[in-house]
Amino acid sequence: MGNAKTMTKLKIQSLHKRKSELANSKRQLEILSNGIFLNGELPKFKDKIAQTNQFPLRPNRLEIFQINLGYMCNQVCTHCHVDAGPDRTEIMTRETMQQCLDIIKKTEAHTLDLTGGAPEMNPDFRWFVEEASKIGIKDFIVRSNLTIIRANKKYYDLPAFFKKHNIHVVSSMPHWTKGKTDKQRGEGVFDKSIKALQELNAIGYGMPNSNLKLDLVYNPSGAFLPGDQTSMEKEFKKALKKDFDIQFHNLFAITNLPISRFLDYLISSENYEDYMYSLVEAYNPEAVKNVMCRNTISVSWDGWLYDCDFNQMLGLKVASKTKHIKDYNEELLQNRQIIISQHCYGCTAGAGSSCQGNVI
Amino acid sequence: MSKTYYDPADLRKFGNITEWSEELGTKFFEYYNKVFEEGALSAREKSLIALAVAHTEQCPYCIDAYTKDGLQRGITKEEMMEAIHVGAAIKSGATLVMGVQMMNKVNKLDG
Repeated sequence: MGNAKTMTKLKIQSLHKRKSELANSKRQLEILSNGIFLNGELPKFKDKIAQTNQFPLRPNRLEIFQINLGYMCNQVCTHCHVDAGPDRTEIMTRETMQQCLDIIKKTEAHTLDLTGGAPEMNPDFRWFVEEASKIGIKDFIVRSNLTIIRANKKYYDLPAFFKKHNIHVVSSMPHWTKGKTDKQRGEGVFDKSIKALQELNAIGYGMPNSNLKLDLVYNPSGAFLPGDQTSMEKEFKKALKKDFDIQFHNLFAITNLPISRFLDYLISSENYEDYMYSLVEAYNPEAVKNVMCRNTISVSWDGWLYDCDFNQMLGLKVASKTKHIKDYNEELLQNRQIIISQHCYGCTAGAGSSCQGNVI
Repeated sequence: MSKTYYDPADLRKFGNITEWSEELGTKFFEYYNKVFEEGALSAREKSLIALAVAHTEQCPYCIDAYTKDGLQRGITKEEMMEAIHVGAAIKSGATLVMGVQMMNKVNKLDG
């Protein structure tokens, strides 16, 4: 316990900055394949899905084109699977953005999903949104961490910018109380997030019957799985309305995947084995049918293609001849085999988990 | 054999009780799961009751299980502690109310 303060202090930096061995994705994959999965105490994900004839895992129809605009972020959340933070300098260039735009014009996907880091911190973010808007996408999502809107004067007009381009705003909120939110996302994050949500509400975002979509993402603040999404949404709506007069549309409950900073947290808090048991015990073969990687392509800041944002962070490029946005071929990609490891249990627990919440 | 009475890993084996008495074990778990469904009380309220009873019963497995269950439901630590105080108040009240019997007896024998 004596080290608790020191631990918290160290956690303010990304794994990369700390030169942690977990900054190396290969090391993470080793951990996920050793121990309880190597000695047979728990089944490997591949064997588990094979029991219901779901191996190899292959794509369904492509629906979501998710682009990571960079790992730079104004926050350093304790459980970030991206290991994002102010010290991360990986940022998508305008040239790569242009390559993405060329594909967005042709893809079968109906949803464009921009994520990061804080995607708004990319200096070409606004240019990219303006250009992508012209294409006419059915659902154009920006994953905004909310505090960015209040971080600096140059971001104050983001709500109006989002509205102008009919952006679907999806934001993280781990709890409706300050203590639990700040513990996970950093001191002062809750108050700034509340202010940002009120500003979004003020221009029509998240209001009943409004076309300006505002959804919140809930992921647990510790080593436990999310509860029932519908019940959690009810609790969030009740508390945020009562305490801050805030409204939003849907709550997506997302399970923390055991990678990157969350894996580091699980190991250092001696929760890793119990957490993996919880994930495996909650395994639901029904969730495998609609798991996110089957309808998504994830593009990294440097243009490489992945099955999902998590595989991107683990450095697992798609198993296809087309691996980069510059030689993108949707037909080839749709014939690929999705790369899996034990972290995939995070998306198949209970009602399933994806960037859009439950999958069942 | 383990050198301690309680092993946290044993909680995961709770379901194994069915192996030595399948019918009774199955019926118990059906009943147990039904009890915790949404009803006249919400599943959230039931979780808090379970946490309080887990403490009055001093069951370490139940405390582990319903602390985690509460966190999953977004129940705050303040709510959890208040629930435990309800259990503790009833426990201590149940002891103290016996004092009336002691008083009755004193009054009868020595009043």
